[in-house]
Amino acid sequence: MADLTTNFAGGIRCPNPFWLASAPPTNCGEQIMRAFDAGWGGAVWKTIGDPITNVSSRYSSVDWAGRRMMGLNNIELISDRPIEVNLREIAEVKKRYPAHAVIASLMVETKREVWHDIVQRAEDAGADGLELNFGCPHGMSERGMGSAVGQDPVYAQMITEWVKERARTPVLVKLTPNITDIRVAARAAKRAGADGLSAINTINSITGIDLDTFEPRPMVDGKSSHGGYCGPAVKPIALNMIQQVMADEASTLPMSGIGGIGNWRDAAEFFLLGCGTVQVCTAAMHYGYRIVEDMKDGLSNWMDEKGFITIDDFRGKSLPKVTDWKHLNLNYKIVAHINESLCIGCDLCHIACWDGAHQCIHLDRVDGVRDGHVEVHDPPSVFEARSRERIVVTPIPKLDGIVPREPGLRTSLARIPRVDETECVGCNLCSLVCPVDDCITMEERETGLAPESWDERVKAGTASPALVEGSL
Amino acid sequence: MNAEVERRFPDLHPALGVRAAVVESNRCLNCFDAPCTAACPTHIDVPGFIKKIASGNLRGSATQILEANVLAASCSRVCPVEVLCEGACVMHGRQEKAIAIGQLQRFAMESFYAKGGTIPTRGASERPEKIACIGAGPASLACAAELKLQGFQVTVIERRSLPGGLNTYGVAEYKLRTADSLREIEMIRELGVEFRTAEIGDEASLLTLEKEFDRVFLGVGLGAMHRLEIPGGDHPGVVDALEFIAAYKLGEPLLGVASVVVIGAGNTAIDAAVAAVRLGAADVKILYRRDAASISAFDFEFEHARQEGVDFLWWTLPRMVETSDDGELRSLTCVRTELNDAGQLVALEESEFAVQCDLVIPAIGQSPLVEFLSSIRGLQVERGRVLIDRATGQTSNPKYFAGGDCVNGGREVVDAVADGKRAALGIVTSFATNTFDSSASGTAVSHG
Repeated sequence: MADLTTNFAGGIRCPNPFWLASAPPTNCGEQIMRAFDAGWGGAVWKTIGDPITNVSSRYSSVDWAGRRMMGLNNIELISDRPIEVNLREIAEVKKRYPAHAVIASLMVETKREVWHDIVQRAEDAGADGLELNFGCPHGMSERGMGSAVGQDPVYAQMITEWVKERARTPVLVKLTPNITDIRVAARAAKRAGADGLSAINTINSITGIDLDTFEPRPMVDGKSSHGGYCGPAVKPIALNMIQQVMADEASTLPMSGIGGIGNWRDAAEFFLLGCGTVQVCTAAMHYGYRIVEDMKDGLSNWMDEKGFITIDDFRGKSLPKVTDWKHLNLNYKIVAHINESLCIGCDLCHIACWDGAHQCIHLDRVDGVRDGHVEVHDPPSVFEARSRERIVVTPIPKLDGIVPREPGLRTSLARIPRVDETECVGCNLCSLVCPVDDCITMEERETGLAPESWDERVKAGTASPALVEGSL
Repeated sequence: MNAEVERRFPDLHPALGVRAAVVESNRCLNCFDAPCTAACPTHIDVPGFIKKIASGNLRGSATQILEANVLAASCSRVCPVEVLCEGACVMHGRQEKAIAIGQLQRFAMESFYAKGGTIPTRGASERPEKIACIGAGPASLACAAELKLQGFQVTVIERRSLPGGLNTYGVAEYKLRTADSLREIEMIRELGVEFRTAEIGDEASLLTLEKEFDRVFLGVGLGAMHRLEIPGGDHPGVVDALEFIAAYKLGEPLLGVASVVVIGAGNTAIDAAVAAVRLGAADVKILYRRDAASISAFDFEFEHARQEGVDFLWWTLPRMVETSDDGELRSLTCVRTELNDAGQLVALEESEFAVQCDLVIPAIGQSPLVEFLSSIRGLQVERGRVLIDRATGQTSNPKYFAGGDCVNGGREVVDAVADGKRAALGIVTSFATNTFDSSASGTAVSHG
């Protein structure tokens, strides 16, 4: 039976690794207590600092294919509530929920004594850990805080050192993705003695522009400003950055993963890249705190199925499976295979292959083996033109009879494309566009060649190293 | 339109709202060389117009549809999509509901009309050639619109007071309202197509027509419905299905009829039977000489009739219309039928029984306009159908082209539109290649 209890970054204990990220869902004690009741293991308090004034409106989103909020953007700043109110509520939450993790997210001006003071007060209030907000990409950065700190390793290291001088609880540094190489900031945090990292914060964005008013969203009195992008759309970016940090010895620290996590599957992927906890915001803003139930339940069931007892049993398991391109085996070959009994005849693989890939999925079915390299095929437009020229009438079953379909097929054979394996480069595109699960599978083909990477070719002198340098 | 009819014949299917239309259009996989497009007789680019709904390009969606099918609004309502586009949808292969193509097309067209859209012209220069389209049904309208868009002088000649043919007079009101049919035709009139009310019925009128026009398109459809050839079949209480439908759509609906017998089980019979229910008849029966498997109505029409409460009497033939002493229609005497050992349908001896009814509606098909067609010189007609070259619509008299029900014996609106448009293109080509002047009457002909 899976055990989700977590001890993170050397002493932050919680019943499960699902935390609410520092954001509107953790704005006040009343919310956080309801979140704990719903099942969240921890919460990072909405960033505490000198109260700010927010604008109206604050959020905008990107919808995709009729679904809401594939990505969410905000121009909201840190807490607009007095520091002492936030701290009093932290104390109250900790009193009522001693087993849950409450992390105080902090952001104050770049002065040693100001940081010392806020660290002391947050810990006195009962915070189990501190998260330094070096990531907020809008507004606060214009005032020399947030991502302005995270983008400058000297400042990031200096402030982290100040905090560590005073802190008695684990100190996490929250990293901004709005930087060329996230490892620069992570290394600075590690050098300064941080106990852990959180990544990623939101990504600079303009989500869209109103085509009637020409104003970007969110609109504030006719104008907008770049905001921070989050939600399902950013998950791949977050995973990449976390992998970069976790694979870099000078950077790696206990990691609290953030970025587009909406369910247990997403969370499992972050754990597989080495995260010890995960933080969620957009999904909770979209559907409420209740989503955590399936996160815990789904993860537990999956762990049971895989035989994992704790998160540590699989944490980082995918890290060795990520490498530099130059170490990939150039002699590995896969080709697309279309399962004819599952094909529904949408022919999206055909057009994707012709227009977007390597012109090796064809609609003209041929018998027997032909040499792909000399085959001449009609381009897609020919098939379309042929269909449009055909004279078709409404079938009247009684008069016209019903054309029987080939047994065992979901579509007529004429609409089932075929793959020319001699030309297929194994790019995956067809299997990605295919709307039917397992209809197009990528199958390994023996090349008879020993594994060989670009790096090995360079070392063996069969490839030019200058080209490698140049390509970097 | 009669408010009472409007109340009794609400839309069979509610229209999609904007949000529902976008959700549905996002379901579409956007197939390549899409089977729905291939299945449509007018080859509307279905994924093309659906994705334009998804992107919010509603005008582009409608104009793309109109480019393929100028009667797209009525087709979206009357097409048997289950056997056409939606029947071909690949979603069936995923055990999912087909994309609601008919509903989406209706959404695009209604949005277009709501914004006062007009058919986009193609900037073609005016051409002097004059073409007459006889009959103002879907085939002629499609032919006329295409020719007008290409710059020709086009006149549609119709004997009835309103244009539209069966679209205006013969489609169940809960599918397509007469007003909607007329609105669609108005758009074609606005292109500059002339409409003339006249009867072209004899050789003399045809000769006059041939002098005035360079080409003639025959979109005359079929003639009157077959009469019920049994004793009493001419009783005033026997009203054929098209007459019955036209009456409630345009004239005075026959209200206050308690029990109705419809004879025949095609799609028109179903329309008439359902209309009888909607008009208040408590007891409506469809009487058919064979069983349910043999009917020509589409499955969904049959289901619809059953849901509306229509009863079916299978293996039944009408024999005689019975009247009461005061001359009122009282009942229909019928006999049972069966298949004999040779597989022929025979009436069973001594199986007579009476079906009580106030109204008998024969719906046993329309007869072709044999007499009229025979008055056109050199026009080959076979079993009442005008023979044409399928690709061009040209008849054996090279000045004449034809399409729609008079060619195919009675199919769907979309078939007529496809025929009409093909014939228009055939007419254009005939001017370019002068096939008329060379009297190339030896063109291959085939059945419609």
